[in-house]
Amino acid sequence: MQRELIKGNEAVIKGALMAGCSMYFGYPITPASEIAQAAAALFPLLGGTFVQAESEVAAINMVYGASATGARVMTASSGPGLSLKQEGISYIAGAQLPCVIIDVMRAGPGLGNIWPEQGDYNQIVKGGGHGNYKTIVLAPNSAQEMCDLTMLAFDLAEEYRNPVVVLTDAYIGQMMEPVEFPRSRKKVKRQPWAVHGDAESQGNLVSSILMNTTLLEDHNFALQKKYEKVAQENTRYEALHIDDAELILIGYGIVSRILLNVMQMLRDQGKKVGMIRPITLFPFPQKAIADACEVAKKIMVVELSNGQMLDDVKLAVQGKSEIEFYNRMGGAVPTVDELLEVVQKYI
Amino acid sequence: MKAAVLKKPSAFYDKFERKGGAHQETTHYCPGCGHGNLHKLIAEALTDFNVADRTILISPVGCSVFAYYYLNVGNVQAAHGRAPAVATGLKRANPNSIVISYQGDGDLAAIGTAEILHAANRGENISVFFVNNAIYGMTGSQMAPTTLVGQKTTTTPYGRKVSNEGFPIRMAEIISTLEAPVYVERTALIDFKSISRTKRAVRKVLQNQIENRGFSFLEILSPCPTGWKLSAPDAQQWIRDYMLPVFPTEVFKDTTKDAETLQYSHREYTDGEVLDVLGLSELGERKEVTKEFLDNFPVQNMKIAGFGGQGVLSAGVVIAACGMNENLDVTWIPSYGPEMRGGTANCSVIISNKRIGSPLTTKPNVLIAMNGPSLDAFEDDVVPNGLVIINSSIVERRVKRKDVVTLYIPLTEIASNLGLTAAANMVCLGAYLEFTGIMDYKLLFDVIPKTIKRKNMIETNIKAVEAGVQYVRENAGKN
Repeated sequence: MQRELIKGNEAVIKGALMAGCSMYFGYPITPASEIAQAAAALFPLLGGTFVQAESEVAAINMVYGASATGARVMTASSGPGLSLKQEGISYIAGAQLPCVIIDVMRAGPGLGNIWPEQGDYNQIVKGGGHGNYKTIVLAPNSAQEMCDLTMLAFDLAEEYRNPVVVLTDAYIGQMMEPVEFPRSRKKVKRQPWAVHGDAESQGNLVSSILMNTTLLEDHNFALQKKYEKVAQENTRYEALHIDDAELILIGYGIVSRILLNVMQMLRDQGKKVGMIRPITLFPFPQKAIADACEVAKKIMVVELSNGQMLDDVKLAVQGKSEIEFYNRMGGAVPTVDELLEVVQKYI
Repeated sequence: MKAAVLKKPSAFYDKFERKGGAHQETTHYCPGCGHGNLHKLIAEALTDFNVADRTILISPVGCSVFAYYYLNVGNVQAAHGRAPAVATGLKRANPNSIVISYQGDGDLAAIGTAEILHAANRGENISVFFVNNAIYGMTGSQMAPTTLVGQKTTTTPYGRKVSNEGFPIRMAEIISTLEAPVYVERTALIDFKSISRTKRAVRKVLQNQIENRGFSFLEILSPCPTGWKLSAPDAQQWIRDYMLPVFPTEVFKDTTKDAETLQYSHREYTDGEVLDVLGLSELGERKEVTKEFLDNFPVQNMKIAGFGGQGVLSAGVVIAACGMNENLDVTWIPSYGPEMRGGTANCSVIISNKRIGSPLTTKPNVLIAMNGPSLDAFEDDVVPNGLVIINSSIVERRVKRKDVVTLYIPLTEIASNLGLTAAANMVCLGAYLEFTGIMDYKLLFDVIPKTIKRKNMIETNIKAVEAGVQYVRENAGKN
C-alpha cells in the first residue's frame, strides 16, 4: 500500500484511531498541541469524544474515568503538563487501568523553552508520581514508529492493565515522513474488570485504595511481578552492527537518528562501531547492552538530558566496559558533525 | 390501613463485605453523621427508579472514600477533588450509565474547585452530591473552605479569621450563576422535615440525569458531631444556629423543564468509513520502481529557504512526496529552534535511497534560495559541487562560491506572468527536476492536487511547474 507523508504528531492520532481509541482528553501545550488538534478534528467524525479539559490534572482524571469503562483512551502533553498529570498517572497505575499518554518533550526545568530535550526521562521512566509503580515507556524515532508504537501502546496498556507512555520529542513530532497505516480498525473488547453501567459489571470496583497494610503490600508485590513480566515479554530495542563493534553508541529518539549517520560514516571508514537504540525505556534493554559489552570495549551514551538514561546504561554495563557520555540540553540538538567529532575521540 | 414495611433498599449491599472486620452490618460513619442518611436516600432513589445496575458511583477522598462499601452499583474511587473529571470520562464513555459524583467540602470546594466548576459549565449530564459539613472530617478536623468565620478547627485553633483564611465559600450559589447547570439546590440533614426535603432533591437530581436533562447539583448541610466535638442532637442544632444563616437552604436554579433533552447515539463505523475519515482510502498501490533507479539515486540533502509566504515549506512537502511516490525514503522538517536564522523560513528535505538518519540538512547539496537573506544564511553550508538555485527576481547578488553549480531563474517573475506570484515555488520545483533529472517532473502533477489546499489554484500551480521546466530547456547552459 502507498504511504502517506505525514507529521509524527498526526500519525499518532491516526494510529490511535486505527487501534480503536475512541476518547481523547487533553490540554494544549507546545510542542504537543498538534496531537490535540488532530484529535479534535478526527475523533468526533468517528463517533469518538474529544474534550479540551480545564487543566492537565482534569484531563488525566477524565482519562481515568473513561478507562474505568474499558474504553481505549488517550491524552498527550509535554513536560510541564506531565508534571501535573503525575498524580493521575499514579492513581491509574494503582487502580491498574490501561491508558496511553504521549509526551512530546520540551526543554526544562520550569517553563524552559519549547525546543527538543529528553529531560522528562526520569519523571516518565522512573515513575514520577507517588508510590511503587512504573509506566511502560515506548520511544519512537520516526513518524512510522509514532503510529506503530502508539498502536502497540494501546495493546500493551490493555494486556498489562497499565499506563503506557509514548516518550518522544519535538523533532520526531514535527518531522514529516512516509507512514504506512493499517487498513483495518481494531475492535475493542469488553473488559471484565471495567464498570460498564450494566448488571453484569454492577459489583465491579475500580480503586487504588487498600487500607489493610497486608493487602496493599500484596498489591505492591503483584505490581512488581507484573513489571518483571513486562520486562521479560516486551523489552524492545534496535541493534545495529553490534556483533563486531568495539564501540557501541546508545541513544533514543531524535538522538538515535543522528547517531545512525555517525555510525554509518564511521563504518564507511572501516571503524567497528555499532549502535543500540532502546525502543522501550521501561523495560530498559539491560541484557542487550550487557551482552554487547562482551565484545565492545566502550559504550558511548548520547542524550539531551543530564545523564538520566546514562544511569540505566551504567546499571546494565556493571563496569564491564568503559562508558563515555555526551549530552546537550536546553533545546540544543547536536549536529552529525559535532557527534562525529566527539565519537572519533573514542576510537 | 396498610402497614408499610421498612427495609434496606436493594441498592445497598446486605452485608458490607468490602468493609471487612467484625461489624459488616453497620457503616464506618460516626453516630449522628449525615453520610449514612444521604447514602440511604440515594440507595432508595436508585432502587425505586430501578437504575442501580446502570449506576456508577464515584467515591471521593474524605469520610465517604468508602462509599463503595455500601452501594451495590458500579464503583470507582477517585483522587481528591477530581471526581467531576472522572465523572466526565465515565459518562462520555458510556452515556447510558448513571454517574454520581459524591463529594465533600474539602474535595469539591478547595482542591477540586476547577473540576467541579468546569464539569458544571460543560453541563455534564451527571448528578453531584456535595456534602458540606464545614470541616475536613476524615483527615482530622482541619479547616474546610466552608468552615464558618470564627469556627475552631485543628488548623484554625483560634477560629477562622477573615484576614487569614477569608470567608466560607457558597458553592451552590456559585454553580447557579453558570449557564449550563439545570438544577441547583441546597438542603440540610437536621430533622424529619429537612431530610424529607433532601429526599425529594436527591430524587430530582437523579431523575434529571435519567431523563438526560444535564448537570444537577445538590449541596447538603450535614452534621459532623465528631469533627465539631458535639453530641448528635447538638450538631443538628449547630447547623440550625450557625450554618443556615450563612448557607440558606433553597433551590437556586431550576431550568429542568426548559432543558433540552440530550441525545446520544452510537454506531460502529466500517473500515471503509474509517479510512475515508482519515484520508487513507485513496492512497492506491505503491509504484513499482526499478532497482537501477533506486541503486543509482543520488541522495538529495535539500535546504529550501525564503520569506514566509513564498511557499518554501509547501515546496518541501511537495518534493518530499514525489520522492516517497518513487519508493524512496524521505524526511521533511521545518526550520526549528537555533536552526532558524536570518529572518528566513526554511525547511530541510532529504530524499534518499537509504535509511535516513538525522532529518536536518546542515550541509545541503541542494540549496533553493527564494530571497537574499536565504542565500546569505546558507551559501557557505553548501557542499562543493552542490546545486544552488537562486530566485533572480528577488536576489540581487550573484553566488560568491566558485565550487558550486548555480541556476539563476526569475521565479517570482515567471509566476507573476501566470497570474499567481505564490506559485514561484512550483516554478522552482519544475526547474529543479528538469535541470537535475533525478526524477520525472511529471511526478509533481500527481502530488500537487493532493497537497495544494485551494483547489482553484491547482491548475495554475501545474502551469507554474511547466513554466519552470520550459525555462530550463530554453536557457540551458546560459547561466
